[in-house]
Amino acid sequence: MHESTDVHATSTQYKSEVRDLSFYYGEFNALKNINMVLHEKQVTALIGPSGCGKSTFLRCFNRMHDLYPGNRYMGEIILHPDDVNILASNVDPIEVRMRISMVFQKPNPFPKSIYENVAYGLRVRGVRQRAVLDEKVEEALRDAALWDEVKDRLNQLAFNLSGGQQQRLCIARALATDPEILLFDEPTSALDPIATASIEELITDLKDKVTILIVTHNMQQAARVSDYTAYMYLGELIEFGVTDTIFIKPKNKQTEDYITGRFG
Amino acid sequence: MTAKSPVEISQPRRLGYSFRRNLRERFIEALLFLTAFASVAITLAIVVMLVKESYEFFQHVSIWDFLTDTQWTPLFDDAHYGILPLVSGTLVSSAVALLVAIPLGTIIAIYLSEFAPFTVREIAKPFLELLGGVPTIVYGYFALLFVTPLLQQIFPELPGFSLLSAGLVMGIMIIPYVSSLSEDAMRAVPMSMREGSYAMGATRFQTAIRVVMPAAYSGIAAAYILGISRAVGETMVVAVAAGMQPNLTWNPMEPAATITAYIVQVSLGDLPHGSIGYQTIFAAGLTLLLMTLSFNIIGHILRKRYREIY
Repeated sequence: MHESTDVHATSTQYKSEVRDLSFYYGEFNALKNINMVLHEKQVTALIGPSGCGKSTFLRCFNRMHDLYPGNRYMGEIILHPDDVNILASNVDPIEVRMRISMVFQKPNPFPKSIYENVAYGLRVRGVRQRAVLDEKVEEALRDAALWDEVKDRLNQLAFNLSGGQQQRLCIARALATDPEILLFDEPTSALDPIATASIEELITDLKDKVTILIVTHNMQQAARVSDYTAYMYLGELIEFGVTDTIFIKPKNKQTEDYITGRFG
Repeated sequence: MTAKSPVEISQPRRLGYSFRRNLRERFIEALLFLTAFASVAITLAIVVMLVKESYEFFQHVSIWDFLTDTQWTPLFDDAHYGILPLVSGTLVSSAVALLVAIPLGTIIAIYLSEFAPFTVREIAKPFLELLGGVPTIVYGYFALLFVTPLLQQIFPELPGFSLLSAGLVMGIMIIPYVSSLSEDAMRAVPMSMREGSYAMGATRFQTAIRVVMPAAYSGIAAAYILGISRAVGETMVVAVAAGMQPNLTWNPMEPAATITAYIVQVSLGDLPHGSIGYQTIFAAGLTLLLMTLSFNIIGHILRKRYREIY
């Protein structure tokens, strides 16, 4: 009895639970038996040296690996409050992606107007009413701190925006469909320091609305924006915990070496 | 590993002007220039020849008559020099061909670029390119002896020569030009853009239509323009299957001569050099050149206006 109430209590504060997750690119075992959680409306950072599997892990959350042949998942990623394993073969990856959005490393706006870029997710869901689209586009652009800069030129091609603006546009695009989890794959690695600062600020602000998982190469960035941090190495989760603890008093020697710059 | 042997690199002993190397570079540059210049020169020579002979033609026939007369009978006693019947034949047969080639070519390109598994694509592409390698005269007789009888079962009133039959087969012939270039353009769209679309919950089809095609717009437009130029300039299929009679019509169910078919007909005959009948083929050729040129210019403008930046 006592245990079951405990599980119930935790499942309301966990947005997602990863259980024994392994992932294979063909024969290559890229993720090894990962167990961790995403806390609801918190920012979780994934850090680790290149090739450690952090992007691979991130892309499991929206089933991006399903796009390419020969990829295989094992284990579970449970999405709360539905308690559904989003990796299950009877779960449609398109439905997963409708609830879990993603922002990529390089800004990748579509060859469309600013307005149509943000409206894209709604359009593919079949939303046609102009009033709904207008409202959602404005709301998403405001949430992405881009509205004031683009409100007079919504019909211009998105390529005319600067790199930082394009990335905020991609964030607006991802927010327009009210996702439950927002995935960021090194969202500032192609941006200058000022644009990076504005994206980081945005990530902190967005925490009130959505659960965030972010991959970053930049440890200062992880320390600045995240509440929880996971350190990965060679496809394994080495250490996971509250960001302050990981950065100040890591339990694991490998984590400490990486964070202090002795390795990686 | 064991000790490495030091590698000797011959370095110039004295720094200065190398006459020999310079001469060789100059020579190569001149050779490259000549090669590039040759194609430009040949194009210019063709234009000059067409314009010169056409000029002679227009000394006898006014441009107004040429553009407005509704009959083309330069070899008859009662000679008329109206290009319209030939233009109509060209446009109708090309329109039929493009109605086949553009939709089918685009669908094939979308399938091969966005849907087909690797093995299917690797098998299908050579076959498609083979379609473009069949001699056009073979297509001509395919239209005349196979497609026309087949069409006559559906439309019993269809004559033995028709723009419809020639146009349909010409369309099949042009498919590989449209599909191959369009597919290249779509495959060149960066994967990150497709992933962006999939990540928003789009299906493969939505991604292909709403993101990949707009992103590949300029390449697809170039493919269409090439298809149009091919259709307008195609000769053997129409000469064999559409008939040789100039006929001012917009009905594809009728026989009619195209500009190219007329040129073939006249150049095969034995008209004396310098006669007005001989000069007609240059006027017709110039008209054809201006038509394809204007399509190319339109294509160029479209490409420039919608050029995408990644």
